[in-house]
Amino acid sequence: MINLTRKMKLKFIVLLSIFCLSAVFEVRSQDLIGLLEQGEKPVTDYTSATFKTTRIVIGQSIEIPHQGDLLFLITHHFGALNSGYENLYGLKQATIRLGLEYGLTKWFGFGVGLNTYKNTWDGFVKAKILRQSTGAKKMPVTLDLFANTAIYTTKWENPDRPNYFTSRMTYTFELMVARKFGNALSLQVTGSMVHKNLVPTAADKNNIFTVGGGGRVKVSERVSINAEYYHLFADQVKSTKAYDSFSLGVDIETGGHIFQIFLTNSSGEIEQYFLTETAGKWSNGEIFLGFNISRIFTVYTPKHRSQ
Amino acid sequence: MKKLILIFLCCSFMVFTANAQRYITKTGHIKFYSDSPLEKIEAHNRQVKAIIDVATGDFIFTVLMKSFEFPKALMQEHFNENYVESDKFPNATFLGKVTNIKDLNVAKEGTYEVTVEGKLTIHGVTRFVKEQGTFEVQSNKLNGKAKFNLFLADYGIKVPGAVTNNISKTIEITVEVALDKFN
Repeated sequence: MINLTRKMKLKFIVLLSIFCLSAVFEVRSQDLIGLLEQGEKPVTDYTSATFKTTRIVIGQSIEIPHQGDLLFLITHHFGALNSGYENLYGLKQATIRLGLEYGLTKWFGFGVGLNTYKNTWDGFVKAKILRQSTGAKKMPVTLDLFANTAIYTTKWENPDRPNYFTSRMTYTFELMVARKFGNALSLQVTGSMVHKNLVPTAADKNNIFTVGGGGRVKVSERVSINAEYYHLFADQVKSTKAYDSFSLGVDIETGGHIFQIFLTNSSGEIEQYFLTETAGKWSNGEIFLGFNISRIFTVYTPKHRSQ
Repeated sequence: MKKLILIFLCCSFMVFTANAQRYITKTGHIKFYSDSPLEKIEAHNRQVKAIIDVATGDFIFTVLMKSFEFPKALMQEHFNENYVESDKFPNATFLGKVTNIKDLNVAKEGTYEVTVEGKLTIHGVTRFVKEQGTFEVQSNKLNGKAKFNLFLADYGIKVPGAVTNNISKTIEITVEVALDKFN
């Protein structure tokens, strides 16, 4: 200090004052922010949009329509790509499912569908048992239970023997566990059991178990690449040839619509068909081009939607 | 020189002590309105937190983005997921001042025109803003109101080509805060 000139001292004081005053302002706003946050309880932040829609590609995702939303889902699988020019590489054939799904509460949804594959009617329920969350309540994953019933209505294969209506019924039960790893990546594991009241031969199992899963990688805010694989355990389906189902697709989201365009080796659209009756094999070129279109209609708006 | 230091100390002391006059709310209302040829979108946030120190003019807002409620759940999901990225940027904040706070007499009921300026942070982007508003003085209450426009592009919020007719580039923001005296 002794060496400082009077001018420098003055400069120093001015600088110090400016510094202190700005610090005071900082303290003041911190003080005010502190008052704003006072007495705040930590809130639970539930993860949303693990997947863009209720299907990963062809299989169920852990998503259900938002409460009060009705989802109209058109699922379309063309014929096999290796079926040659006479079939326009599969474009001449198609299996279609028309479906409606509704979010009754934020954790429960149900739906119905009509399939051209074996003229099948199906209905399902889906419930979110656990929801991935951070904050006050922490949960690393979302867990869903799913059950469906399907009734095929094609003519009996053996009309001569006694046939029961219940023989037309098949069921699927699924447990799904999914996690959204940040904005870009979501993964899901699905365990399934398909029950068929009637199977073709005594060697075929009535209860058929599969395990699989899928995921999505977002490549932009509105486009993601999705893949899905289900493994059918051996010695369950004997009389027909059934392969593991693998599908690869792209999700494109535009406001109220979600388009999913994909390649799959399964021609059936519901669980009992693609898990246990996938006749196509990727390496043989038995691949089907397909798409899902979902359109969402808001039937009613719940009073408080956030959380 | 000593005099200077003394004055400075006095000043800072005054700043520290003159803060008894604060008004606060945690249930302020912000309306968000997008008017475009195909769609009119309105969302409401009724959990806006705001505090004002009428002695200094300091005025602060914090807005939890996930508290905006839209008429359609999907809009709300897209707002949080694709536009404001609420997981990355959970809050919008305003840190600023009422520049003409001296004109506001909290002891006298009436409506006062005020100018507010400061730093507005949305979607992680901070910009300096200056807007006009009003304060209505009631007993132990201050009702603040303001209406202004925001350009989404200013805050790095992109609207994709496919929905340019559904979402306006300019968003009208209406702020209504009923601030209570804080003791």
